[in-house]
Amino acid sequence: MKKISVMFSGFFKYKDLLMELVSRDIKIRYRRSVLGLFWTLLNPILMMTVMTLVFSGLFRFDIENFPIYFFTGHILFTFLTESTTNGMHSIVESSNLINKVYIPKYLFPLSKVLSSGVNLIFSFVAMIFVMIATGVKFYSTMLLTPLIIFYLLLLAAGLSLILASCQVFFRDTAQLYSVFTLLWMYLTPIFYPVSLLGDKLKIALTLNPMVHYITYFRNIVLDNKVPSLQQNITCLVMGLMFFCFGLCVFYRKQDKFILHI
Amino acid sequence: MSSTIIQVENVSMMFNKSKEHIDNLKEYFIKLVKHQLYFEEFWALKNISFNVDKGEAIGIIGLNGSGKSTLLKIIAQVMKPTIGKVNVYGSIAPLIELGAGFDMNLSARENIFLNGTVLGYSRKQMKSYFENILDFSELWDFVDVPIKNFSSGMIARLGFAIATVSMPDILIVDEILSVGDYKFQEKCNKRMQQIIENGATIILVSHSIEQIRELCKRAIWLEKGCMVMDGLADVVCDKYMNS
Repeated sequence: MKKISVMFSGFFKYKDLLMELVSRDIKIRYRRSVLGLFWTLLNPILMMTVMTLVFSGLFRFDIENFPIYFFTGHILFTFLTESTTNGMHSIVESSNLINKVYIPKYLFPLSKVLSSGVNLIFSFVAMIFVMIATGVKFYSTMLLTPLIIFYLLLLAAGLSLILASCQVFFRDTAQLYSVFTLLWMYLTPIFYPVSLLGDKLKIALTLNPMVHYITYFRNIVLDNKVPSLQQNITCLVMGLMFFCFGLCVFYRKQDKFILHI
Repeated sequence: MSSTIIQVENVSMMFNKSKEHIDNLKEYFIKLVKHQLYFEEFWALKNISFNVDKGEAIGIIGLNGSGKSTLLKIIAQVMKPTIGKVNVYGSIAPLIELGAGFDMNLSARENIFLNGTVLGYSRKQMKSYFENILDFSELWDFVDVPIKNFSSGMIARLGFAIATVSMPDILIVDEILSVGDYKFQEKCNKRMQQIIENGATIILVSHSIEQIRELCKRAIWLEKGCMVMDGLADVVCDKYMNS
């Protein structure tokens, strides 16, 4: 109990640092680029255009509102890979700071997840533009979006903490993870219909957390459907599991980081 | 009135000194299969104990590799000792390396807030210190310039100004006063004196025996991780110079 209260008071003391780290990431990202923030809006739109051309022209999956169908999956998955990859490198990158000053180390992966979260919000705005442009109807269920973002943040934070710990000890974690995310992406129905995974890969459907998150998101954006209690519990529990496991791994290993960076 | 502010109890620190540092899975498995995963112990600090009272200024001397910096890192709670315990009662301003938390792409203004929060201050506190920091470091003309364009002296000035802007309970200084020109050094020394007069505790690591004699009353002499002597600065310094 005491440990937890120490953790919280530490978090409270350093919450401003967390904000500074997040704003640093965002500033550096958009400084000195001509289009600035506009890139975050433009990038997913360009991606979507390519994907729509390729998949509605070549493969002909029978999906209604394909641009938005793709968009919903794409922005969530991009957020996940971006935040976890940045989070994974965050500890090693900040080695010169960690070597000199005492700071709660979990702030580094956490700040990366939050700054990717800001990017996710920009992508979300881009999606709204595309929805207007393609004449997709807006439903009030879309107001549930913060909930799914919260579940996803838990998952991303947990995974980042695990990966960051691994990366400190084994620098080839990054290589392995990039291959793994590629596999993960193909096992997630981002640009193909969920039914394609069918019976053969049913395990992938139930165990892949992203399937649940993306389905949830599509329900509220495209289907005007309030996700069931079971869906909410599944997403929340999956997020919490990763988050708690990540914290445990991180806390057990963090005192040794300094010897390896 | 003297109360203990830092307690160092039987602190020992072990590092792995094996020839090659394995840092990837591939090598790890190869070595594991070939049974070549050995571990060579190296004790950087052996059984160090001492107490520091409030308001004391302590110098730590010793040759390169005697464990001075490791000891400072343990006191600053950057490292956890392998054995033993360190208790610190008060806020620490580590001056182990000036500007460690700077981001070269950001401006001086942004770095003041970033580095200040790294040191554990809140944004609000930093806002009130902001002018003081720029006055001291004399960098008003460069406040919105990215610090990658700064000279190393300017960065050191900014770092020192941020770290010492609030009167910390404990100031940890590792060889940093050798940077900057003489004018800046003088200014730093003056501010250090001010902090000492304010009742702060100072731990200073330096190769400059003169500086230790000047600033500290007590000195600790380390050699190869062991404490050789702990006593009055003049006595310890004389012995050290004669060895």
